[in-house]
Amino acid sequence: MSTTTAEPTSGTRMDSGEDIGAMDTIRRGVAISPELRDGLGTTLLLAVLASCGQVVVPIAVQQTLDQGLNAPGGPRLSYVVWLGLAAAVAIAVTSVASYAMTSRLFSTSERGLATLRIKAFRHVHDLPLLTQNTERRGALVSRVTSDVDQVSQFLVFGGLIFVVSVGQMLVATVIMVIYSWQLALVVWLCFAPLFLSIRYFQRKLSQAYGVVRHQVGVLLGAISEPVVGAAVVRSYAVEDRTQQRIDSAIDEFKAASTRAQRFTVVSFSLGGISAGLANAGVLVVGVLLGFTTDMTAGRVLAFAFLVTLFVGPVQMGTQILTDAQNAIVSWRRVIGILETPADLVDPGPDGQELPRGPLDVTFADVTFAYPDGPDVLSDVSMHIDAGTRVAIVGETGSGKSTFAKLLTRLMDPRTGAVLLDGIDVRDIAQHSLRRSVVLVPQEGFLFDDTITANVRYGKLDASEAEILASADELGLRDWLDGLPHGLATKVGQRGESLSAGERQLVALMRAHLADPDLLVLDEATSAVDPQLEMRIGRALERLMQSRTSVTIAHRLSTAENADEVVVVDRGRVVQRGPHAVLAAESGSVYAGLHASWVAQHGTA
Amino acid sequence: MVEVLGTTDERRGAGQPRVSDDQAVLQGSTTREGFAVLGHAVRREPGIFALSTLGSVLFAVLTVADAWVLGWSTDHVVIPAFEDGEIGAGLLWAVLGLFVGVAILRAVGIVARRLGAGIMQYRMQAHTRRAVTRQYLALPMEWHQRHPTGQLLSNAYSDVEAAWGPIAPLPMALGTVVMMVIAVAQMLLADVVMALVGLLVFPAVVIANLAYQRLASPLMTRAQGLRAEISEIAHESFDGAMVVKTLGRETEETTRFAAKADQLRDVNIKAGRIRAAFDPTLASLPNVGVLVVLAVGVERVTTGATDPGDVVTVAYLLTIVSFPIRAIGWLLGEFPRSVVGFRRTEAVLAATGSMEYGDRRIPAVEHGARLDVAGLQYAYDADAPLLTGVSFDVEPGRTVAVVGATASGKSTLTSLMTRLVDPDAGQVTIDGIDLRDLAPGALAESVALVPQTAFLFDDTVRGNVTLGADIPDEQVWAALRDAQADGFVAALGDGLGTRLGERGTSLSGGQRQRISLARALVRRPRLLILDDATSAVDPEVEARILASLRAGSSDTTLVVVAYRKATIGLADEVIHLDDGAIADRGTHAELLDRSPAYARLVNAYEQAAHEESK
Repeated sequence: MSTTTAEPTSGTRMDSGEDIGAMDTIRRGVAISPELRDGLGTTLLLAVLASCGQVVVPIAVQQTLDQGLNAPGGPRLSYVVWLGLAAAVAIAVTSVASYAMTSRLFSTSERGLATLRIKAFRHVHDLPLLTQNTERRGALVSRVTSDVDQVSQFLVFGGLIFVVSVGQMLVATVIMVIYSWQLALVVWLCFAPLFLSIRYFQRKLSQAYGVVRHQVGVLLGAISEPVVGAAVVRSYAVEDRTQQRIDSAIDEFKAASTRAQRFTVVSFSLGGISAGLANAGVLVVGVLLGFTTDMTAGRVLAFAFLVTLFVGPVQMGTQILTDAQNAIVSWRRVIGILETPADLVDPGPDGQELPRGPLDVTFADVTFAYPDGPDVLSDVSMHIDAGTRVAIVGETGSGKSTFAKLLTRLMDPRTGAVLLDGIDVRDIAQHSLRRSVVLVPQEGFLFDDTITANVRYGKLDASEAEILASADELGLRDWLDGLPHGLATKVGQRGESLSAGERQLVALMRAHLADPDLLVLDEATSAVDPQLEMRIGRALERLMQSRTSVTIAHRLSTAENADEVVVVDRGRVVQRGPHAVLAAESGSVYAGLHASWVAQHGTA
Repeated sequence: MVEVLGTTDERRGAGQPRVSDDQAVLQGSTTREGFAVLGHAVRREPGIFALSTLGSVLFAVLTVADAWVLGWSTDHVVIPAFEDGEIGAGLLWAVLGLFVGVAILRAVGIVARRLGAGIMQYRMQAHTRRAVTRQYLALPMEWHQRHPTGQLLSNAYSDVEAAWGPIAPLPMALGTVVMMVIAVAQMLLADVVMALVGLLVFPAVVIANLAYQRLASPLMTRAQGLRAEISEIAHESFDGAMVVKTLGRETEETTRFAAKADQLRDVNIKAGRIRAAFDPTLASLPNVGVLVVLAVGVERVTTGATDPGDVVTVAYLLTIVSFPIRAIGWLLGEFPRSVVGFRRTEAVLAATGSMEYGDRRIPAVEHGARLDVAGLQYAYDADAPLLTGVSFDVEPGRTVAVVGATASGKSTLTSLMTRLVDPDAGQVTIDGIDLRDLAPGALAESVALVPQTAFLFDDTVRGNVTLGADIPDEQVWAALRDAQADGFVAALGDGLGTRLGERGTSLSGGQRQRISLARALVRRPRLLILDDATSAVDPEVEARILASLRAGSSDTTLVVVAYRKATIGLADEVIHLDDGAIADRGTHAELLDRSPAYARLVNAYEQAAHEESK
């Protein structure tokens, strides 16, 4: 038997986004979600105003003390009341500013992230099938769900407040320098180790959170697999082993999170130690300066309070930088999807429209191989006239299914070209190609909805009458009427409430309604009973009379009825012609296939 | 020097709700329920909880100590130094030592508090995830058919994360309570009237919190429902990516996804506005309290009821209190999300209908198993029974073919025979033992099902065949050989060690079916059930598979759902299933002879060829 090579899973891999730097992530992120820039200036002003709220009460207390209580003429009640009212107004204003800032940030970031989420989702669908298959569904889902959610946190409570913190830090530095440049230097020296270590911690944190987010994908993959394969897990009683696999994903996620938390905590606590050093440094150096310069006790103490103004924003800033890594890593993973090339590019506005009506098909020196794999098809050249019914047969692994994937542009050839009505499929506008060419795969995926909704995938505006007419034409009305709720029957997850054969029937109705000019059937009725299969076959024959059809078949009954049979062996077309002629060529590949078919079905 | 900031995980935003369906309708007091959820966590992880709370108390105490060190240094070092014009080096070292010592201890407190809270949170997440996923594995197929994969993912990830969200700010809030108690006591000592005025802040905080919980909770519930829906759509849409692509429905799918993403966006913006109002309200309440205390204080000073110093003390203490209030606010802010998440996971854990098992095992013997099916009745939908009164028996070592039209109930029958579902009436027995009396795992020791649609794991070929059982490679190869899969497996890069990708995407349908068959064969089951398990395999290859099955048939009882005559020809007996009931049974020849419906079904290919040639 001719052996076959598994399709290597190494298509163009999904971009993990790991190579995108932090600033680059933000820049690209903002480019993808331009909403994030909306009204940024105003929001920043509001943030500055809101941050002033922190000093209102300390000033009020100090003023009350100096001017109200300890005033030369004894306590002045009216002054205190007026001051209190002024402070209350200030608190109200800064609170409103804070409200306005935060709600604006929520608004812009949620809008920006919805855009990001939707763009990423769309891009997944624009990726080639091979690339989609390089990542588990669960992990892909995590990129458009939890990863996006992580970013929101940073955008609301991080980015802008960081800018404000840096501003506050600089203002505090300027004031400190005015008070005493020597002491300002001391403060900066005490914080130098922290500032110098930030890069190191950022790198470590970035790695650590990279592992965390990756583990989320692994975890979701590990959970979704046994949920989807629930029947196999149960019938083989491998619950324990499956649970072990899930448990280890859970534990790895826990370990990764704990590790990231360790770095976060250590880098955060360093800030506190620097602050302690700075306080001590200011007092000690201040005292020493007092012996040699005009430094006074009052100025040293005032400076000690100035340090607080500096320490607050520094701690806030380092905290945000630390937490930002989690968001940046997540952001990157989503951007990574968008950076993965959709290498089957839609020609866009330059794309040509296919004329309606039967299409002719040409394979011109087509060679196809999966990335890093051997040739699956080699130098295939053939022409199929418009309106003919062609069956492609061959052993498993001969390459026959590749024809279907190339015709429907799920993949592009390595060399050569596939032409429909003389137009290279790569030059045909996607919408035109999808309208004219329809593939019915062996395992037709159904959505968790009614039969009607699933069939309408082929024609969005199909009326119930149209759908029933289609069922009649295909000879499926009996089956449909036998279902508990007819067209309104729910098909369940992935259509699993139906049998495999029934799922194929729904997929066929879907394709029939789509009304293609070229119908590609890839073992589309393999799970249907013979009697129904033959009935469908005859119906399709009738329906496809004015169109072209290419059927990938392993049941030679299909080949027997086709206008022409193309026999594929080891990636090459070895025979072509009507069934009767080919079957008569003794010793040929087709004669062999036919003999075993007869052996299976001819014995009565 | 009060640390004025909480860490981001200690004060998350409102924009993070996730999770699942709308079963969880918020009712009663969210605050009370939120504390109850935290109670679970504290009882489950008391050690680490104590550690992080201690860390937080240490931090709070040392925050106060910091102010004391500054005062001490001023009185004993700075002032004397400037007055005397000299100072002992020892005192300077003492200043340095005190500040750095307090800072280091404080850092220890931070590490204990935050790392402890993190570890506690991750541990609770792991506990719940283990429990939830165990439940997924325990719940029957029928439950799974009603619950979309995307939603289950959302339950196991986002719900769990939401439920344990408040653990992060918990120690901080508790630690600051200590700060608050000290501050309140000092306030009362200083001046009772002013203290009581200042303490009016507390009822105001409670009211603000109630308003927040009431406004935010329904939005959180909605947002979490939407997150689950988004996860569902994404999972399903990516699962069906090929259909989406080949029918060119990318735009429609994106519209479907975008509709939910936009709804979530709007709900999050609304919830964000409420959060945006809550945070500054909470922050400004103590500030307003300070101003009122100042006014009252000055009035009391003028009447001589109190000293200016006490006014300052109470005002200062009230500013200290503002920090705990905010920390507690961050905790309470997490509650609505947490309560909804917790309810969602609890709903999964409380789901019933898991299969009941007995404790019997099937005695291991060398020959095939005896199968008895008696009066089976089954319906997914009460109006439309799928099987009615199906009874038959299979003697050990015999081969029975189940033949019937599409949708006649064959796959349902195989599910019942392998106890993927239990019958509404009737029973299935193996060697005289009702399947429902068997211990967990006992059935799989003797019976193997090869389903119509092969399901492969993202694992190696070896892992997919053995499913973790300790089976030597020679036996794996032998099974692959019998399933006619040895050839293509040998040609894979790493042979048995080749990874197959999620659901075996790297293989063709026929190849997947053959691996799935080898998985059953390697177990040498005493009853093997093939549900049209070679539909995607070439006739020639299938013929070889059948030959090898026939060769080893004496030790195995075989039930095959089949259409092909060669397969049916293997059978000692054929059961013709029609519309959920047995229409006839007998040998293939007998049925052909007396049943025109049967003949039409199995001879369809021949007849077509015959008509064609006419």
